[in-house]
Amino acid sequence: MKSSLWLKTYIVIFMVFLYAPAILLPVFAFNNSSIVSFPLKGFTTDWFIVLAETEALHTSAKNSLMIAVVSAVLATFFGTLAARASARYNFKGRKPIMGFIMVPMVLPEIIIGVSLLVVILQLGLDLSLWTIVLGHTLICIPFCVAILNSAFLALDNSLEEASFDLGQTKLNTFWLVTLPLVMPGIVSSLLISFTISLDEFIIAFFLAGTEPTLPVYIWGQLRFPQKLPSLMALGTILLVLSIVLLIIADYFRRRSAQKTGANTSGGFI
Amino acid sequence: MSGFAKWRQSDTAQGLTLVSPTFIYAILLLAAPIALVVALSFWTQDYLTLIRTPTLENYREAWGELIYQTLMLRSLKLSIFVTFFTIMLAFPVAYYVSFYVNPKRKPFWIFMITIPFWTSYLMRIFLWKVILGYNGVINGSLMGLGIIESPIREIAYSQNAVIITLAHAWVPFAILTIFVALEKIDRSLLEAAKDLGDGPFRRFIRITLPLAMPGVIAATVIVFIPTIGDYVTPRLVGGPNGLMISNMIELQFKKANNAPLGAALALSAMFLVTLISLVFVWLNRKYLTGQGR
Repeated sequence: MKSSLWLKTYIVIFMVFLYAPAILLPVFAFNNSSIVSFPLKGFTTDWFIVLAETEALHTSAKNSLMIAVVSAVLATFFGTLAARASARYNFKGRKPIMGFIMVPMVLPEIIIGVSLLVVILQLGLDLSLWTIVLGHTLICIPFCVAILNSAFLALDNSLEEASFDLGQTKLNTFWLVTLPLVMPGIVSSLLISFTISLDEFIIAFFLAGTEPTLPVYIWGQLRFPQKLPSLMALGTILLVLSIVLLIIADYFRRRSAQKTGANTSGGFI
Repeated sequence: MSGFAKWRQSDTAQGLTLVSPTFIYAILLLAAPIALVVALSFWTQDYLTLIRTPTLENYREAWGELIYQTLMLRSLKLSIFVTFFTIMLAFPVAYYVSFYVNPKRKPFWIFMITIPFWTSYLMRIFLWKVILGYNGVINGSLMGLGIIESPIREIAYSQNAVIITLAHAWVPFAILTIFVALEKIDRSLLEAAKDLGDGPFRRFIRITLPLAMPGVIAATVIVFIPTIGDYVTPRLVGGPNGLMISNMIELQFKKANNAPLGAALALSAMFLVTLISLVFVWLNRKYLTGQGR
């Protein structure tokens, strides 16, 4: 098959293009040169030691972790409610309401950042880490809804009905039957929103007050050429962290699908 | 049971109750702020005080001044190019995963395609600067090997660099969207066409492509609309001629301290991308139904 050979060649080239930045990141992180360019000089772990000694980095990392945890919990809570409503009840206005909740997925982030900034300034509030949490929760909700919607859709209604027939209350049924069945979906949703929030820059840049998040800190450092190698080291750590989180999230998403009997193909987003 | 008690048991009541916290959150943090931005775009700012007399002054400036016209047209042009290249890059990959990959291995492939999307956004853009720059990976290696004598300027700090970087950022989204559409195609249709004597090319043009179009259209919109709002990519890899309208919006809201003009620019950009997307979707729908499906 000639055409399939062409296609396979293209796929190989495409994968090189797709992974080029991700592969170069660790290469420069361990390169013993203060200039980020080829040819490589030698192996070093100095840039990681520089990171461990940078106080401002630690503060911004703590800020980002706090924001990511709170946003992930809030977004998953709101996402669970919406996904459950959409999957279980065929209510009037379901499509427009769900469509509206999903809008942040396609809206340019600059629009969300700018509009939240305007509201906060008009209300006379101060910019802080909490204003970033508000924005991040908003953009994470659509991803949570997408993940949880499939978890709830795959749920067999007869399991809940059986629980009612056996005399359990609605609340008990939710805690004892529904929640354990969709738990992997919820864990997956938490991890995905955590990852999105941790990496988000555009909204955080508009809504950050005096305390920077990790990406806002990185943005500030990109101007200084001497800081670049240690940023590469930081990027490598973040890369490994998000891949680990995603593998865990994917594991839970698939387990959720298996538990509820759906097929396990497909991916995030 | 009274009418109200009965209504409370209905799907509509239960569904609306359950969805309302999320819906209210989206109204308070999405609809209301955007409404305020719309209002702001009709106000003016005199140093630090807002003048709340409605005026079209900001829009006159946003649509009339040469610099804003240039930036807006360039942003639209670049977004259209980015979208076109992203779809062109994505379609063969989605096609390969859907039609050639063993069904058991498909989740793994999708996972591998999405991983680069989840690596640090700023780092990814910055690394494209390293790859495409004057003494970057490509130019540096080519010069080191003696293939070229001076750096290829077309790829470094230019609009092309912006297009490459943004296409790279959005291609996983496009692949997933097209892949979902391709997976839905009933394979027996292709077999039927084969039995009736259609060659592979005809089968692709007459069956696969038209049935994949909804996915291609969705991918186009998903890539096109957010692309216009990226101000990091043009700033890092665009060079002096690669700046886009979002850089100007950011400037107006931050350093230039003219939020009303920034709001007018942001809304004008949103209006134009939405309009172009709608026309695109409408044309496709017309063309597809015109085919006599």
